[in-house]
Amino acid sequence: MRRLFAALILVLSLAAPATAPARESLTIGISQYPVTLNPLIESMLAKTYVLAFVTRPITAYDASWSLVCLLCETVPTLENGQAKIEPLPGGKKGIAVTYTLKSNAKWGDGTPVSSADVAFTWTVGRHPRSGVSNSEIFRRITRVEVVDARRFTLHFDRVTFNYNAINDLRLLPAHIERRRFEAAPDAYRTRTAYDQDSANPGLYNGPYRIAGLSQGSHILLARNEFWTGPQPTFDRIQIRTIENSAAMEANLLSGGIDMIAGELGLPLEQSLALEKRLGNRFSFITRPGLVYEHIDVNLSSPILADRRVRRALLAALDRDGLTRQLFDGRQPVAASMVPPLDWVFAEDIPAAKYDPATAAALLDEAGWRLGPGGIRINDKGEKLALELLTTAGNRSRELVAQVIQAQWRKAGIDLRLRAEPPRVMFGDTVTQRKFPHLAMFAWYSSPENVPRTTLHSTLIPSADNNWSGQNYPGYANPKMDELLDAIETETSRPRRKALWHELQQIYAEDLPALPLYFRADSYILPKGMSGLAPTGHQDPSPYWVEQWRWD
Amino acid sequence: MALGLIRPVVSRLGQSVLVLLAMSFVVYGLMGLMPGDPIDLMIAGDPRLSAEDAIRLKALYGLDRPWTERWVRWLAQAVQGEFGFSRLYAVPVADAMAPALANTALLMVSALGVSLALALPLGLWAARRPGSIADMLVNLLAFASASVPVFWLGLMLIVLFAVGLGWLPPGGMSTVGGPGSLSDRLAHLVLPVATLALAGLGQFARHMRAAMIAEAGRDYIRTARAKGCSPLRVLLHHQLRNALLPVVTIIALEIGGLFSGALVTETVFAWPGMGRLIYASVMGNDFNLALSGLLLATAMTLAGSILADLAYGQLDPRVRGR
Repeated sequence: MRRLFAALILVLSLAAPATAPARESLTIGISQYPVTLNPLIESMLAKTYVLAFVTRPITAYDASWSLVCLLCETVPTLENGQAKIEPLPGGKKGIAVTYTLKSNAKWGDGTPVSSADVAFTWTVGRHPRSGVSNSEIFRRITRVEVVDARRFTLHFDRVTFNYNAINDLRLLPAHIERRRFEAAPDAYRTRTAYDQDSANPGLYNGPYRIAGLSQGSHILLARNEFWTGPQPTFDRIQIRTIENSAAMEANLLSGGIDMIAGELGLPLEQSLALEKRLGNRFSFITRPGLVYEHIDVNLSSPILADRRVRRALLAALDRDGLTRQLFDGRQPVAASMVPPLDWVFAEDIPAAKYDPATAAALLDEAGWRLGPGGIRINDKGEKLALELLTTAGNRSRELVAQVIQAQWRKAGIDLRLRAEPPRVMFGDTVTQRKFPHLAMFAWYSSPENVPRTTLHSTLIPSADNNWSGQNYPGYANPKMDELLDAIETETSRPRRKALWHELQQIYAEDLPALPLYFRADSYILPKGMSGLAPTGHQDPSPYWVEQWRWD
Repeated sequence: MALGLIRPVVSRLGQSVLVLLAMSFVVYGLMGLMPGDPIDLMIAGDPRLSAEDAIRLKALYGLDRPWTERWVRWLAQAVQGEFGFSRLYAVPVADAMAPALANTALLMVSALGVSLALALPLGLWAARRPGSIADMLVNLLAFASASVPVFWLGLMLIVLFAVGLGWLPPGGMSTVGGPGSLSDRLAHLVLPVATLALAGLGQFARHMRAAMIAEAGRDYIRTARAKGCSPLRVLLHHQLRNALLPVVTIIALEIGGLFSGALVTETVFAWPGMGRLIYASVMGNDFNLALSGLLLATAMTLAGSILADLAYGQLDPRVRGR
């Protein structure tokens, strides 16, 4: 069916009338519609993507994964004196970080972006019933000191290495939102102007503003007249939501959309197939990022508690062959949760190689010898049988699971595959550690993201802690805990790099999870379009939409 | 006549209220028992959210309370006409549903109209000579219509008319950023309506054909012919009127579908209607919206059923008298 559809599209698209693109406008296809446009309420990739055209955070990571200022003048550091460690009551240490907002930063109604907006945003973020989803940064900031209209100092309750990265502090316009919030903080999430008056230009401080929207269908962006930075190319941008990937492809071919966003677009395998057929008609950019595809190992299983078995599983897996076969080699094999693009990546710790002989030796050593039918058994005659759980409906993962099953079968491991809908898997099975052996899924993180929630022994979900934490394997290693704690508070880059090195070393030896690969996003652009630089992390490419060109 | 009508209608309305009440309990219960809640899913997608965030947000949205307690609270508000706030669309439920309902009604009424306009004459044509080539052709078309997956049909129409020929837009309700003219909106309506109409055509044509054939052998038809009525008069005045009874019932029952939307078609054509809205609200655990959407669909099906009974009575005096 897919082949027939692809062939039909190819034949008919060759006969399709050429439509001259209107260069003053750009239509982008994405696969999801944002549930709200308030920057602080709900956590959703579609919202982050759309808001990236119309708002700017104070700081963000750029395409080279460096922290940069988008609304501030310079990134404050201990070295340039704009960050200062300060004593806290009880002998602890905090840090005071001073930012200066850009002089020309304005909301879309001409009101300057000011320190008052920062103080107001912090008030909303700290309020327990305001509906803010990610309140971690607001909890860490104990005080906002307004120095003047453009300068403010944030006082943090602890010293962390990323003290100056306030990417999650997304500003709200106090002159619009304050009265809505103060009238009823509990009801703020239902009264925010972002949802009740979405086209109000005063809500946006980026190069574009939202000019109109149709719920569940599309969002229209127009130029922000008060944007004083470099002017973007397009007068208008339309963002259309098309959930079905085949319909998305058809829309691209028929000119219904000009480009497909990599952040929320086609699955890689579909994009690769399209590239083979229509590489001369569109530009394809594939960039691996930090979505870490891996297999969590349940260490409570007696079989998998043995490190030799875990190492054998990895050695029996030809991950290079897997990504080459399924993804044209575009998704790099992972050595750990740290991607090769991250500056803390330890280059001297190579990803485990495919080595069937070593895998066999390790399994023999662990007491699993080859039995009848080629499946390994132990002294009690029990088969080496494991279950791999993954998400139903994700075609890539289903294919990967089948390849893994075939490869491990050669090593004498009987692997059963089980697929569950994501809401069952993440709402129950994985989060309550009910998977018997292995669970394949992905983590999405940020550059130099400390894997505390997934590796610290205090964050193993259990009934006692109300199933909080994401250390689903149940991994507990005091040395790892120590490293995680130390990395978070180490401000010296060389010393931190050394700590990260040790962490990756332990991870590679202990294997609380089996690393697979880093997922790649695929951007499909019209020929002649340039300037779009995929970031590969959570700060999406439209933060730099001013650089996009279509000649 | 009025009294004769009022009693069964009031009785059916009473039953409908009970069905709606039971339905709300079942739907709320099923959603409440589904593994995971919106906050769990939000955290699974964003490891930056902490355990404290989860506890705070669950309390804020009332997700830390038993679903039965939440249902009672919802019911108390619903009887006062307050259906709550959609967590997913960040607007009151009525505001989220109104545009989707209008979009779906436009799509489905158009599709039903086109489907009936084609299916009824085809059914009549096929029934005139059962076993003839015309009958076989109509049967073939009906089976094809019933067998072809709507998803596939929609994609093929897009490939042919939007990608290949470039005559029609591939999806959406109007050209984004365009003038929004009537012709533009009509052009966007063609493919989804054609998909739905073709998918429903077979069912109506087959029912029409079967009913016409069943009526053709009745005594009153023979009597009418013996009295010298023209074949056209027999067909239209006697045979068709009675054959319409089962067809009217089916059309009336389709009303529920008219307002619950066609999920597959709406997804393929990116049509922001009720089908997508209900699906998204169920998957996103938006209790208020999902419940209201599903109850509306149930209410419309019940209304359709009552309407079918009334229409049956109007068309067949024997039924009216009972």
